[in-house]
Amino acid sequence: MRVELKHIHKRFGAVHANNDVSLVVEAGTIHGLLGENGAGKSTLVKMLTGFYSRDSGEILLDGKRVDVRTPIDGVRSGVGMLHQDPLDFSALTVLENFQARSRFTPSSGTSAQDLAKLAQQFNFKLDPNELVGNLTVGERQQLELLRLLSLGVRTLILDEPTTGISASQKTQLFNAMHTLASQGKSVIFVSHKLEDVEEVCNYATVMRRGQVMGSMPVKKGDPYLSGQLVDLMFGHELALPNKPVTARPEVGLHLKKVLFKSDNLSVTINDLQIQRGEVIGLAGLEGSGQRPFILACAGVEAPVAGQIYINNKDLTHQPYKQYLDNGVCYVPADRLREGLVAGLSIQDHMAIRNPAPGMFLDQNDMNAKAKAAIAHFNIRGTPNSKVERLSGGNQQRTQIALMPATLNLLLMEHPTRGLDIESVLWIWKQLIERCQQGTTILFASADLDEIMEYSDRVIVFSGGNASAPIPASHLSASKLGEMIGGKF
Amino acid sequence: MSKSLIYRFGSLIGAFVVIAIIILTTGRSPFTVIGTMLDGAFGNGEQLARVLVTLIPLLLCTAGVIYTFNAGLYNIAVEGQIVVGAVFATWTLRLFEESVKSADLPSGLAIFIAILAGAVGGMLWGVLLGVINVYGRVNEIFAGVGLNFMATGLAIYLVFGPWKRPGVASMSGTQPFDESIWLSSLGNTELSPVGLLVALLGLIVTIILISRTHYGLRLRAVGNNLRAAFILGIPATRQLFSAFAICGILAGLAGALQVLAVFHRLIPSISSNLGFLSLLVAMLITYNPVFILPVAFFFAALNIGALRLPSELKLESALAGVIQGILVLFVLLGRGLSQRYAKKQG
Repeated sequence: MRVELKHIHKRFGAVHANNDVSLVVEAGTIHGLLGENGAGKSTLVKMLTGFYSRDSGEILLDGKRVDVRTPIDGVRSGVGMLHQDPLDFSALTVLENFQARSRFTPSSGTSAQDLAKLAQQFNFKLDPNELVGNLTVGERQQLELLRLLSLGVRTLILDEPTTGISASQKTQLFNAMHTLASQGKSVIFVSHKLEDVEEVCNYATVMRRGQVMGSMPVKKGDPYLSGQLVDLMFGHELALPNKPVTARPEVGLHLKKVLFKSDNLSVTINDLQIQRGEVIGLAGLEGSGQRPFILACAGVEAPVAGQIYINNKDLTHQPYKQYLDNGVCYVPADRLREGLVAGLSIQDHMAIRNPAPGMFLDQNDMNAKAKAAIAHFNIRGTPNSKVERLSGGNQQRTQIALMPATLNLLLMEHPTRGLDIESVLWIWKQLIERCQQGTTILFASADLDEIMEYSDRVIVFSGGNASAPIPASHLSASKLGEMIGGKF
Repeated sequence: MSKSLIYRFGSLIGAFVVIAIIILTTGRSPFTVIGTMLDGAFGNGEQLARVLVTLIPLLLCTAGVIYTFNAGLYNIAVEGQIVVGAVFATWTLRLFEESVKSADLPSGLAIFIAILAGAVGGMLWGVLLGVINVYGRVNEIFAGVGLNFMATGLAIYLVFGPWKRPGVASMSGTQPFDESIWLSSLGNTELSPVGLLVALLGLIVTIILISRTHYGLRLRAVGNNLRAAFILGIPATRQLFSAFAICGILAGLAGALQVLAVFHRLIPSISSNLGFLSLLVAMLITYNPVFILPVAFFFAALNIGALRLPSELKLESALAGVIQGILVLFVLLGRGLSQRYAKKQG
């Protein structure tokens, strides 16, 4: 089915998630939709499938204008979406999930035959009586794909389908996509992995900051293609390294044969030594392995295997308290979910982090500490301001004010996300002062300029692979972009 | 702020209107009903004493659930903790009854140990809930329902089984204890000065702990955001367990006092739904312990005052529960509306 989107707009509050997006997907093709997290890809396909409603613009299917308002509208007009985490019922069997597709459930016998026939067509091996909760992500995808096809879907959207599935499942999936295209169906492949798009797609469209940056045909073995796509995805001159040397000769953080796991990823780091006072930027798309890395170094979630040394002290498998006592501090990205306690005031936070001796709260001491922090860190608020009432910048300043005086290792996620430029400069001034006092800093950021400007060395994460640390001065925008896209 | 106040007062007025309508549907005047209830609660000294007798366990349980509410837990298991406290106290008294009668053991000491045993029983039941909730990852409400059934079942089993009174076992409970191990009461009422003292002490300690100490602050931090509290360095698990345990201790004390001062035996319905009522009180006061005393007193007065309704007006005394429920629902509604609509003024 031919899909045409014309001048689509979508806003979420102040964020213009889709800004005048137009896109044509021809029948019988596989069309890659590329872009960083937050580029607007998911928003776009969710409007096509009826999960979101658009603010303005037109959707044409096979030349006919349609109004997709709900996911049911989407499926009725022939558009189906395979979500990154398939929307299935884990307590039901494969067959029951497959049956959950129409208002009048056909008999199990008919359904089982339908399922077997469809599965055979794509060479998928699914046991109809297995519980979906016991399947791998790849098998759940296969089931969901068959279910959508049985509903008569003629345009299939796949959202980051290659995350968390095995290599053979990926081959099977790509084969299935080719089969669908050869049947005249269209496939939209949403991804941030360059390699996958180059391997499977006929066309690629790149989005950035809610807009389409460009569209091009994908020819196998085109040596210039990935460079062009990277330019479109990240394409701007990056800031130059701009940081005084603060690294000291001693080793501040040492990881040996460490293995971290999160939902779909496992990250291995063989041997990593970071010097004291050094700043390491962790680049990569969100969800590429930076978070389990940071949580493990902070002692919040223990790695599966390996050893962690901080200032030459073995802290492997020590409780989080030990990390805190050894001057480790983790400053989360989501300030109100992980960093600060909504409902409590600035001075309450001071008393939690830095309590006066004795069991009773000392209001004068709390107030004085909060006032000092507010003055020193230039926080717009009073000691009694509840943290959820502060602006994002002032919440971040509060988080920085709460960092302990002796700080050996600081781990930050998106230290300046959503902040005005004045706050950004101020925060990095504070952080560099800490480095000069010997604090080692590791920070993850989606802002490549920030990574280039403030890191001594950069580790790039992509799909669970971590690069060796590379001096920032050796990096270029295209090199960094390629690595983020999965080409090391 | 003003808008939020409008919602809050509006909700109270709404509650009174609905209560009045319900009373009107029974064919009585709301004012007659209120008058009767006031007379029933405060008509004479004995009535007031009965209000205070209800107030004692209500204060203790409300103080208890304040800890768990501040820790972000909906501890409906408090009801069962009263029962287990009562069972432990009864068990201790049964052990000591003969020694006290033969004057081998001073009765004061026996009573003291029985009260302690009640506290320990409640605490164990509370910690058990904590284990199920924290390590078993079972929602504390679901676990609480199960534990409440178990506690009631235990009491019924004991009353009809091992501890049945000589002759015929019945719902009226175990054989009453010898008067030597009753907690003394004022005149011919059931009001025990010691019980009242324990309840007030529990209340004062709670007010101080929750609002004046680092412990209380950490508890509020854990209750508002467990993850952030943990990352800021608060031992969150320990904090949760302490809340479960302290709540259990206070509810267990309430159970022990019911046995020692009021019923002088174990009865199957020893908790008299006071645990559930304490949850209502806690919700009404936004977990702020300073208001426990007035609100709990008001609720206790409603309970006792309503007992006058059947004889005077041929109305069911359960009207007290209806009034309490409507009040809480409307106050919560007002709070929800003010959070939803008054927030935008920032």
